[in-house]
Amino acid sequence: MTLPESSNGTRLLLSGNEALALAAKHAGVALGAGYPGTPSTEILENFARLGGRAQWSPNEKVALEVCIGAAFAGARALATMKHVGLNVAADPFFTVAYTGVTGALIVISADDPGMASSQNEQDNRRYAVAAGVPMLEPSDPQEAYDFFLQAVEISEKWRLPVLFRVTTRVCHSKGVVRPGPPVDGLKTPHFERDVRGRVMIPAYARPAHRRLRQKLAEIAAWNETAPLNHVHQAGRQLGIITSGVSYLHARDAAPEASVLKLGVTHPLPFELIRSFAAFVERCFVLEEGDPYLLEAIRAAGIAVEGKADMFRYGEFDVARVRRILAGDTTPEPARPPGKPPQLCDACSYRQVFGTLNKLRAIVAGDIGCYTLGALSPFEAMDTCVCMGASVGVGLGLRHVLPPEQARRVVSIIGDSTFVHSGISGLVEMVYNPPPTGHVLIILDNYTTAMTGHQEHPGTGRTLEHKPTGRVVFEELAQSLGVKHVHVVEPRLGSDEFEEILTHCLNSGELAVIIVRRPCILIAKQLKEYERLQAQAEQTNECVCETALPMS
Amino acid sequence: MRMRDSVTNVVIAGLGGQGVLKASDILADAAFRAGFDVKKAEVHGMSQRGGSVNSDVRFGARVFSPMVPFGEADYLVVLAPDQLENNRGCLKTGGVLIEPSMVDAGLLENKRSFNVAMIGRLSRHLDLPECCWHEALAANFPPALLDTNLKAFALGRGQTFSAGALP
Repeated sequence: MTLPESSNGTRLLLSGNEALALAAKHAGVALGAGYPGTPSTEILENFARLGGRAQWSPNEKVALEVCIGAAFAGARALATMKHVGLNVAADPFFTVAYTGVTGALIVISADDPGMASSQNEQDNRRYAVAAGVPMLEPSDPQEAYDFFLQAVEISEKWRLPVLFRVTTRVCHSKGVVRPGPPVDGLKTPHFERDVRGRVMIPAYARPAHRRLRQKLAEIAAWNETAPLNHVHQAGRQLGIITSGVSYLHARDAAPEASVLKLGVTHPLPFELIRSFAAFVERCFVLEEGDPYLLEAIRAAGIAVEGKADMFRYGEFDVARVRRILAGDTTPEPARPPGKPPQLCDACSYRQVFGTLNKLRAIVAGDIGCYTLGALSPFEAMDTCVCMGASVGVGLGLRHVLPPEQARRVVSIIGDSTFVHSGISGLVEMVYNPPPTGHVLIILDNYTTAMTGHQEHPGTGRTLEHKPTGRVVFEELAQSLGVKHVHVVEPRLGSDEFEEILTHCLNSGELAVIIVRRPCILIAKQLKEYERLQAQAEQTNECVCETALPMS
Repeated sequence: MRMRDSVTNVVIAGLGGQGVLKASDILADAAFRAGFDVKKAEVHGMSQRGGSVNSDVRFGARVFSPMVPFGEADYLVVLAPDQLENNRGCLKTGGVLIEPSMVDAGLLENKRSFNVAMIGRLSRHLDLPECCWHEALAANFPPALLDTNLKAFALGRGQTFSAGALP
């Protein structure tokens, strides 16, 4: 997909993520940072393709912090992540609401109702309330584009970060987009000292909290007539209050209903909601996930109906919305299950999980393709909680289990996940070693495979696959003081991995085993990257040589 | 071409790696080029490791939801025989099923273009101009792969199309 940058007025067919990338480019975003995660990943990839400056950070917390720095300097910044990524980035997220920003700071949270590719279906609208940050929710690619530009304006007008909440069906749905012109006249970033505004010691944070609440009150008042909320006026019998993709389902499911579609869902425009509710005979709040709007609207003293609890689970579609509006709580027809995903036939991790199964290991697992090791035929994973949890969970098991069980515990983590949040677990392992020792297996396939093969600091290549600094796992583990560090290539018919693992499990000491082999799906690309890198190095050498005599 | 008031609903189903998403991209693009409002939905991530993959395409004068309501697909295109039973329920009563046996994969230059041949087979039923299909194919493949895929599309489309039919 190529996106024209100067596309004013042209009609394009874009996914929500492509539309967001184009909007970021048109808004003059100076820096986009994030960590790959379905369904958010393609935003930064497309932003880079359009010539934007985009980077993968080790994790979402670092990505957001980098963006905060850029926004402090007056530049426009974009942080992207999936919903659970905002848990990792929550610490800076809450306090940057206090400090505020100079340039726009947009935090895109891509939620996954129904868990198409996630470990939970948390509803991140709660974060907007908890942190006190304004929130926008588009419903389709055109709105993703339009709302992003609005979010930038809101962010700079009130000098606050904006939570831009999208869901799987916004990110990965395509629709027709008519973009506007790129903005111009952006200020050059420069540093202005503001110690009281940006150094959140208690003495400065107390007034900062009051400033934040004042700004939110102003935004709430502005939101009563903001152009991002609109009423589709039809019959008065049924009124639906909704936001995001639920709006689209509602229009199909209940063409006779009037609809109040909210674009800014925090802080809420309660007077607008009140007058809409008064306009219709029956007022229904339609929202996926948590009853966030319902509770807030009821707490404001407005009588509205909400969905039955059974519809809190999973995503909506038109058929479900029809049932919800009809109050139909009979069991929903179960769709026949499809074929579950599995490790690729030639995946080198198959051997690893086969061995773990054979050795009856107790496996603290992690998040990535290799979580599929939990399924048949391997059934060689016992826990999977969140990114990086394999290390800590494995250590906890080792600490308390009886020795004969503790000695069978291993932690297993992928390369990208290790960089994301496994490194601090490894530090814990060195600092608080269990009496029986521990074994950490790092599955290094040179890529973030599950999300579509993104680079990470362990590959030594940037988001755009260009050479950069590389974190070498074995050197890192050695420098932290791990006694046994092994690197092994899993090969068909080789017992090497099993021998090393058995030895490490029996040693009673700390061990890191790096299982290293490129993902078969990117073997070709890797060769191409390496060729380009060698070519670049050669060119550099030539330049240096010719430059020497002149220096 | 006359704009339909009603929305045409297509579900494409198969296994990860078969090109379900590419097929739906081509269809959505062709409908887009024919001037329709288009929505397309798909799910990425874990399902792509050999698991079931679905993609929905809807087009018409005005489309709201990006997802085809279960049991309301006008067309169901199934790329893998073992994905037929779990997807059959997508199709409305009287809807059209396009299944793998309808295209002779043995006649393909490259087996990987089976998805495109199936879209060609689907195209017999859709009132979209030939030029839109060709432009959509050209936009979705690098030049080196285009010829093979044009041939695959023609194989599926068969002899029924009238070249040069413009809107």
